[in-house]
Amino acid sequence: MTDVVITGLGIISPGARGLDDAWAGALAGRTAAAVDERLVEMGTPVTLACRVPAFDPDAELGRGSARRLDRFTHLAAIAAREAIAHAGLASEEDEQLAGADPDRTGVLFGSGIGGAETWASEYPNYLEKGPKRVSPMFVPKMLSNTAAGTVAIRSGARGPNMTVNTACAAGASAIHLGRDLIRGGAADVVIAGGVEAGVTGLAVSAFAQMGALTKNPDPATASRPFDVDRDGFVIGEGAAVVILESAEHAAARGATAYATVAGAGASADAHHATAPPEDGGGAVLAIRAAVEEAGVGLDEVDHLNAHGTSTPLNDAAEARALRAVFGDHTDGIAVASTKGVTGHTLGAAGAIEAVFAVQAIREGRIPPTANLVNQDPEIALDVVSGSPREQDVAAVLSTSMGFGGQNAALLLTRP
Amino acid sequence: MSQDLLATFTEVLTEEFGIEADQVTPDATFEALGLDSLDVVELTLVLEEKTGVKLEDEELEDVRTVQDAMNKVQEKQA
Repeated sequence: MTDVVITGLGIISPGARGLDDAWAGALAGRTAAAVDERLVEMGTPVTLACRVPAFDPDAELGRGSARRLDRFTHLAAIAAREAIAHAGLASEEDEQLAGADPDRTGVLFGSGIGGAETWASEYPNYLEKGPKRVSPMFVPKMLSNTAAGTVAIRSGARGPNMTVNTACAAGASAIHLGRDLIRGGAADVVIAGGVEAGVTGLAVSAFAQMGALTKNPDPATASRPFDVDRDGFVIGEGAAVVILESAEHAAARGATAYATVAGAGASADAHHATAPPEDGGGAVLAIRAAVEEAGVGLDEVDHLNAHGTSTPLNDAAEARALRAVFGDHTDGIAVASTKGVTGHTLGAAGAIEAVFAVQAIREGRIPPTANLVNQDPEIALDVVSGSPREQDVAAVLSTSMGFGGQNAALLLTRP
Repeated sequence: MSQDLLATFTEVLTEEFGIEADQVTPDATFEALGLDSLDVVELTLVLEEKTGVKLEDEELEDVRTVQDAMNKVQEKQA
């Protein structure tokens, strides 16, 4: 089986821009939650959000980008550009692929919602001004595959180009499927990532109505995975991209492999539209599949970057799923949820966390779970909190669970 | 009148489409300004708000330049 490695990383995440900044934020436990003035203006029941740092789309991505592309595509393009340059496949100035055959370079993105802001801004236009006033840009801006399409347009990548939606697992699913495109022989390189820009009044109101968002108004403690006082997630936005490449292709061009995507698993709970089964259900299958495919022993997984959303149901179910797979070896896994820093970035989360998982391998440091003060006694895991843990990391698991009961697990190893 | 209309086009193309003001001349083609067919349709929506005149799809078929579009608007205003 073809080994697939990660040779480039790019990220724009809540409160952080670029790989170095995002990783520093994760290690420092620098929570990005803040009162969002736009949500305050809209009068949403919850006003905390984890936003990316402000940027000017026209200045960064070229004139007309603000008008022609939705925010989620801006984020995807920014993260992809960084990852492509980081992998040495193109410069940041000239994004055209130079280090790989464009016809053998694919793009695979995950997004839960797509152009949320475009829907939110255009529908009132339709209702108030009428059908003849709907923008012709609505469709290309809103379609969830526009992020992947735009990355292809900007980089010249003409290989397979797809978008996967497993809601909050979409970023991880994209890396899974991107890897399999390479294994299946359809591409040498895949630009894979997750993206979401769903912090709209409508979406925030809906998540609040579901009871999914924390009611804690204090930004400093609102997103607190595994804490006994957690009561929901803080919504976030962002994008992260990894460059996937066959190990052979990477070696031939002298690229540095930062991690191997050794295992990947996917499953469904077949249980409920939004709630996980108490025993972890389908997550067990996804985690087991990733570990078995990687061929690592249960005692060889050093670190888990957990889904850890900070909702009461998710964090408890995830802990049970982990124990169902690893048994007594669960205690040997250093668990962290970086959502204490980033909040829940929905379709971007799996990719953002995969980037942090790769960084843990590269640097031998595990980021702390921010805002964790009193660990829930029901969650019997070795959760890293307070400060980063210096530890050799050779194998790391990253889990993602989406609404719809769709689960993804990635097992990354040191090349 | 024509000067007013050119000023309106210039305002819309600079503010809404990010085009440099000195590029907006009557002879400039929309293609040269970097506008594709979707942009031109969107331009008509903004112009309708500014001028009260809506250019329909079929009226755009032979519109290539800013002058062409201004002529169509003036015809409909008359």
